Amino acid sequence: MKWEVVIGLEIHAQLATKSKIFSGSSTAYGAEANTQANAVDLGLPGVLPVFNEEALRMAVKFGLAIDAEIGLKSVFDRKNYFYPDSPKGYQTTQLHHPIVGMGHIDIELEDGSSKRINVTRAHLEEDAGKSVHEGFHGMSGIDLNRAGTPLIEIVSEPEMRTAKEAAAYFRKMHSIVTYLGICDGDLSQGSMRCDCNVSLRPKGQEAFGTRTEIKNVNSFRNVERAIDAEIERQMDILEDGGKIVQETRLYDADKNETRAMRSKEVANDYRYFPCPDLLPVIIDDHYVEAVRATLPELPDAKRARFVHTHSLSPVDAAILAANRELAHYFETAAQIANDYKLAANWVQGDVSATLNRLEISISELAVSAEQLGRILQLIKDNTLNNGGAKEVFNALVEGKGDGSAESVDKLVDSLGLKQVSDSGAIEAIVAEVLAANPKLVEGYLATPEDKRAKAIGPFIGLVRKAAKGVNPQVVMDVLQKKLNELG
Amino acid sequence: MHNKTIADISRDLAAGEYSSVEITEHLLTRIKQTDHHYNSFITVSEEQALAQAKAADARRAAGDADAWTGVPMAHKDIFCTNGVLTTCGSKMLSNFVAPYNATIVENFNNAGAVSLGKLNMDEFAMGSSNESSFYGAVKNPWDTDRVPGGSSGGSAAAVAAQLVPGATASDTGGSIRQPAAFCGLTGLKPTYGRVSRWGMIAYASSLDQAGSITRTAEDSAMMLNVMAGFDAKDSTCMERDVPDYTATLNDSIEGLTIGLPKEYFRSDLSADMQQQVRNAISEYEKMGARVKEISLPNTHLAIPAYYIIAPAECSANLSRMDGVRFGYRCENPQDINDLYKRSRGEGFGIEVKRRIMVGAYALSAGFYDAYYKKAQQVRRLIKNDFVNAFKEVDIIMGPTTPTPAFKRGEKTADPVDMYLEDIFTIALNLAGLPGMSISCGQVNNLPVGLQLIGNYFDEGRLLNAAHQFQQHTDWHLKTPDLKNLTGI
Repeated sequence: MKWEVVIGLEIHAQLATKSKIFSGSSTAYGAEANTQANAVDLGLPGVLPVFNEEALRMAVKFGLAIDAEIGLKSVFDRKNYFYPDSPKGYQTTQLHHPIVGMGHIDIELEDGSSKRINVTRAHLEEDAGKSVHEGFHGMSGIDLNRAGTPLIEIVSEPEMRTAKEAAAYFRKMHSIVTYLGICDGDLSQGSMRCDCNVSLRPKGQEAFGTRTEIKNVNSFRNVERAIDAEIERQMDILEDGGKIVQETRLYDADKNETRAMRSKEVANDYRYFPCPDLLPVIIDDHYVEAVRATLPELPDAKRARFVHTHSLSPVDAAILAANRELAHYFETAAQIANDYKLAANWVQGDVSATLNRLEISISELAVSAEQLGRILQLIKDNTLNNGGAKEVFNALVEGKGDGSAESVDKLVDSLGLKQVSDSGAIEAIVAEVLAANPKLVEGYLATPEDKRAKAIGPFIGLVRKAAKGVNPQVVMDVLQKKLNELG
Repeated sequence: MHNKTIADISRDLAAGEYSSVEITEHLLTRIKQTDHHYNSFITVSEEQALAQAKAADARRAAGDADAWTGVPMAHKDIFCTNGVLTTCGSKMLSNFVAPYNATIVENFNNAGAVSLGKLNMDEFAMGSSNESSFYGAVKNPWDTDRVPGGSSGGSAAAVAAQLVPGATASDTGGSIRQPAAFCGLTGLKPTYGRVSRWGMIAYASSLDQAGSITRTAEDSAMMLNVMAGFDAKDSTCMERDVPDYTATLNDSIEGLTIGLPKEYFRSDLSADMQQQVRNAISEYEKMGARVKEISLPNTHLAIPAYYIIAPAECSANLSRMDGVRFGYRCENPQDINDLYKRSRGEGFGIEVKRRIMVGAYALSAGFYDAYYKKAQQVRRLIKNDFVNAFKEVDIIMGPTTPTPAFKRGEKTADPVDMYLEDIFTIALNLAGLPGMSISCGQVNNLPVGLQLIGNYFDEGRLLNAAHQFQQHTDWHLKTPDLKNLTGI
């Protein structure tokens, strides 16, 4: 039978507020256990939540970025369940009246086309703490530093049909929330987590099959791999005439398989009801428009501009626009050099390679966008050849610069990289080299015409050795002229 | 010395009749000598009280005293007190010492009041007789075989037994007004949002409101002056000006229109009770008030709606009592579920468990619409009844309770019978309105309460009307025969 895959994602993104959603505690990551949990976060008797308006502003910003309806009245509900890292015995979330309603994003597929994925809703809620199972002699420890960190849970429609689409959607959401500055996007610290709902149905059937939910997948790659593994598992069962059990599963990346979480005897009944400690959150159009005015240019708009105004290829534009900081870096350098194509090559080439090699982000790179821009300027006016430019770049990577564009010029001077393009000077050097290497000249002259292009290589090396920074094109021209004169 | 009101003590302290330390020591001694008859205190914080009294006397000596400086009082044990045990009447919190003060505790501290300790109450404020406390039943000083009412039974008994001149209390369905009525006292439940709930352990968050039990309306106004006001730590607390509630006590009530809801004078309300309340209304008429019969047609729905909404909220509010971070934890838990089950099973009393079960049921999938949602709709109808009534009248009056104080054990077998105790008080909490109970007569030598219901944030008018009644009558001055019981 032909099967169709149906995938929907629920993404939890931690909002980058300084304090928690209902208390004044810091949200900074990595502090000693329970040092960032006050009486409210601990859920002590008698304490009350106060809503952090910054979380509201960020959620509205997100809603506007995905062209969604904004909930002018949103309501916090209590979701009741007992778990040691849930200090109040309920999670404060938004069930019926989320802050963000129906919206959508476009994802780019491998064939270059794009696909619209609708977003059902996004709501505000509080994160739980963490249970720590090691180091407590068979008991468990609880760290409530994370408890109360604001989250938006972004729920997609079940409109993705392949694991690749799902990964592209997750990437796109990551790009959007980091562009907006509402989430630091650090997957390794759990700033964004993804639950994947996967089901299969016979092609052509309208009704959904039974779905499973893969919890807490935390990398783009694992979203794709986990979903593929789950599709394969479900297909095996269905092909054998079996039935899918609706359940929550976990992805084991080492074994590349999903497995059922400890099964619950009865389905959870969360007994949602409106939180009586918090008033409904009422905002008006004026508020929404004020937030809209703070929206940055978003990845899709930036990508389109790169293609249409600056003639980048759609693929280059997509890569450069995906990350806000990288895009900003690229565009700063491109504007200084007044050459988007050259800047695009460099950012996707040497810059990206360096970031990968050093495992750092663009903000940690020792070469500033201004410096790269200056390097590109020097390439364009023939002051630097490509090799010299790489040398300056690498010197800057190693810390030989102060971040300023001027330090690029100093390095070019101190490293003697300034390109010699004056053909008179080059002719003198070439003459010296030819005179000093009669055997090579003989060998060259003995080479058949059609193979001389290759045989000229050693001369170029010798000329460049004799004089750093000579313009290779000029060297080539002069060499050919002189050798031909001899031959 | 112990038969004095807050206003008396305030004046005496100002006049140098005695010091704060002297009256504090006097009352502490009296508590030690007589409270075993009433069981009104859970914790007596003698050391802290004397330190506060000394500080108050020093403040007075430095010329920095105002109305509350050095005046003794006590807090219901539902209010968190930094460094002093806060149990909420439960085994579950029998070891809980909060690292913070409730906002109103902080307010009284800042005003210079002296807290003598923490007062007994129904467990987690669930009860109408103060029989559900882990610390034992509280006895009514008018007749120690009878209940003082609840849940603020300790607050009422302590004031009636002249152990403190006034006490904080809280009211979710009548828990201030009913004990005030049973003990012949003045109880005030302010408008929802008038007084901060920060640090008041939640029973039903949308209904809970802090207030006071005192002997007089004047004292009630003095208490509200300290308690009322905006608190950024409570999102449901309203940002509104706080008037000086004592300033309007002596305003004339001539022309005041009193609404008498016909539903509050039902045929099954005993003739004796009706008579006492009607007598009080006549007093008001003599003072120039006008009386108008009104209807609150949804009154009969108040108790059913309340017993969905309050348990629903409490079922979530009490989830944090899980034995994990604070409070009672069972011995040798085998795993996390065992820890939850036994800590909660052993830590909560039967009435608390009953309400958690009822609330969880009402909120459960498939029942939410039929119970919780319906109850919220009823709540709106009840609120609308009052809104409509206040278009025609300034104040509403009726009985506070269907009967005077009943005997201990009389209603414990039948929870619904107990719930019906709050028939006249509960609607106000659902509507969020302010209410008072003042003593207005006696039946079989037991006090009878007159309930005064005001419009939103109209506490000034309520206190004014109550004070005027107390200027013309002496029911509030009547005290039980304590000497006969205690020998002192």
